[in-house]
Amino acid sequence: MTSVSIKDLSLEFGAVSVLKDLNLDVGDGEFLVLLGPSGCGKSTLLNCIAGLLDITDGQIFIKGKNVTWEEPKDRGIGMVFQSYALYPQMSVRGNLTFGLKNAGVPRDEIARRIERAANILQIEPLLDRRPGQLSGGQRQRVAIGRALVRDVDVFLFDEPLSNLDAKLRSELRVEIKRLHQQLANTMIYVTHDQIEALTLADRIAVMKGGLIQQLDEPLTIYNRPRNLFVASFIGSPAMNFIKGKIVEKDGTLVFRASELDISLASYEAQQRPASGHSVILGLRPEHITISDQPRPDGRSCAATVDLEEPMGADSLVWFKLAGKPVSVRVDSGRRYQPGEKVFLTFNPAMASLFDAETENRL
Amino acid sequence: MADIAERSKLQAAMEPRGARPRHRFSRRNIFIYGTLILVAVYYLIPLYVMVVTSLKGMPEVRLGNIFSPPMEITFEPWVKAWSSACTGLNCDGLSRGFWNSVRITVPSVILSIAIASVNGYALANWRFKGADIFFTILIVGAFIPYQVMIYPIVILLREIGIYGSLSGLVLVHAIFGMPIMTLLFRNYFASVPEELFKAARVDGAGFWAIYLKIMLPMSLPIFVVAIILQTTGIWNDFLFGVVYTRPDTYPMTVQLNNIVNSVQGVKEYNVNMAATILTGLVPLIVYFVSGRLFVRGIAAGAVKG
Repeated sequence: MTSVSIKDLSLEFGAVSVLKDLNLDVGDGEFLVLLGPSGCGKSTLLNCIAGLLDITDGQIFIKGKNVTWEEPKDRGIGMVFQSYALYPQMSVRGNLTFGLKNAGVPRDEIARRIERAANILQIEPLLDRRPGQLSGGQRQRVAIGRALVRDVDVFLFDEPLSNLDAKLRSELRVEIKRLHQQLANTMIYVTHDQIEALTLADRIAVMKGGLIQQLDEPLTIYNRPRNLFVASFIGSPAMNFIKGKIVEKDGTLVFRASELDISLASYEAQQRPASGHSVILGLRPEHITISDQPRPDGRSCAATVDLEEPMGADSLVWFKLAGKPVSVRVDSGRRYQPGEKVFLTFNPAMASLFDAETENRL
Repeated sequence: MADIAERSKLQAAMEPRGARPRHRFSRRNIFIYGTLILVAVYYLIPLYVMVVTSLKGMPEVRLGNIFSPPMEITFEPWVKAWSSACTGLNCDGLSRGFWNSVRITVPSVILSIAIASVNGYALANWRFKGADIFFTILIVGAFIPYQVMIYPIVILLREIGIYGSLSGLVLVHAIFGMPIMTLLFRNYFASVPEELFKAARVDGAGFWAIYLKIMLPMSLPIFVVAIILQTTGIWNDFLFGVVYTRPDTYPMTVQLNNIVNSVQGVKEYNVNMAATILTGLVPLIVYFVSGRLFVRGIAAGAVKG
């Protein structure tokens, strides 16, 4: 069953088209993350769902009800903002009750809902404080509480963790995930942080230029990106890209870039590329291995270490292949010196092959 | 041993360490404070002359030593200026004008700020159709010289039937305060984070609920600024006061002018000075009482435009 359904949504500001014929179905209880660089339209889409922006064309359904022309308060949504947006002159309790009072909820019902929300978010001791007296993490918890007391089906998060420092961010990320497991509400979550997206989402919608580039489960997005943009946007350290051509050798396809030959025998192509086709090979740093000796099957190639970046648990070793910098993720147990000669082996089963022209996955 | 310790201490004293020493009578300080004192004196001398003269009797004023302090302090000129100086036909001093001015200023300030704050809020947060054009017209209004509109407004007030009454003048002040007050409030409300406004909408608050419950409680500083600007502006107004009222409803400024410029009899400089100070007292008090809030409000509005 779908909880939020968007049909042919378009939004234009004057001559500028922000969202184009966008279709999206969010399942009941699903955690959907809208991910993309700034200016891709993800926050705009969320504001359209919330009813804070009037759309140009299309329809929005929430719980099967057409809410395209409804006011935000009548859509059955709760929203959490990046800057918390707590009412500064009201106490935490006042912030939580404001919406309920506007809706004319009876007193004892308000008290009951506040108690429940405060209990879930552990903000009982803060109820009589002002937002100015709270820390960033506490403020965001109150902001989540404000959405929680509304007793709605759909939660909208607009980059809720972006204003917090790294440590708090990872703490609250876990809390949001736990909250979702506990409440089982539908949640739509906007972020530009891929770690948040990968850890929280049931499905991720990667957006660019007002269009959804790929809508899939996190691991599918990571391992089988549909186009070059998704491949380059997801993953840190970023995916390596090598430009080259497809050639046929002994009946199997081989990727060739100057001195480099990589057999694509184990690559699952969606459509078999023709020989001579210009392609871009994408390989994540962890899908290349380093060895001191060449492999007997001849699948490895010689390379010279350019640079090593130790990152704690693992290290990133940089090489120059076919004129392009390529990074390899290795265990930090062994150190590599610049100029050291080693051999690289590629794992074509985990690689991504893109058409050089359309930039789509092959 | 003691000698060595002494020497090392001396050496340590030579090395720069800790807070940099400041010289009270450095060239820089002398220049800064000298200039400040000079300018302050320059501005305070007229006030000093006024206060001193207002405390002298007429014989002493005639001596012509305007800088000398009074030999015999008298409050007679103050009493006369307030209660019995003649302005045209009436001889009941400035008191009548004072109450007229109060009756003009208080409703004008309340009316203009009430309307302008709602205007500014609507312009900043509710992007209605034609908002930009409306705002442009309003801003242009701030630059049209008042003199151009004086006579048309006379006709307008006459047609409505409130020409010469206090309510007519109140209306004029409220209208002429609108462009600059709206601009002030619009800029302040534009600096309030937009997400706050969005959150209130999700919480089901409408136009007035957001204004009254969210925006108003947050905007005390800008209200203080608006009150100060409007109070001093309307209190000090002379032109509208003299054009749109009758002698018995003249504001204080017009009465002051009539006292000072009256041609019959001797020029009573001490009474004139006292009357002038009395007239300027209200804006002065407003500044002293709320100066700190004023600066804070100006700064708050200036952050984002």
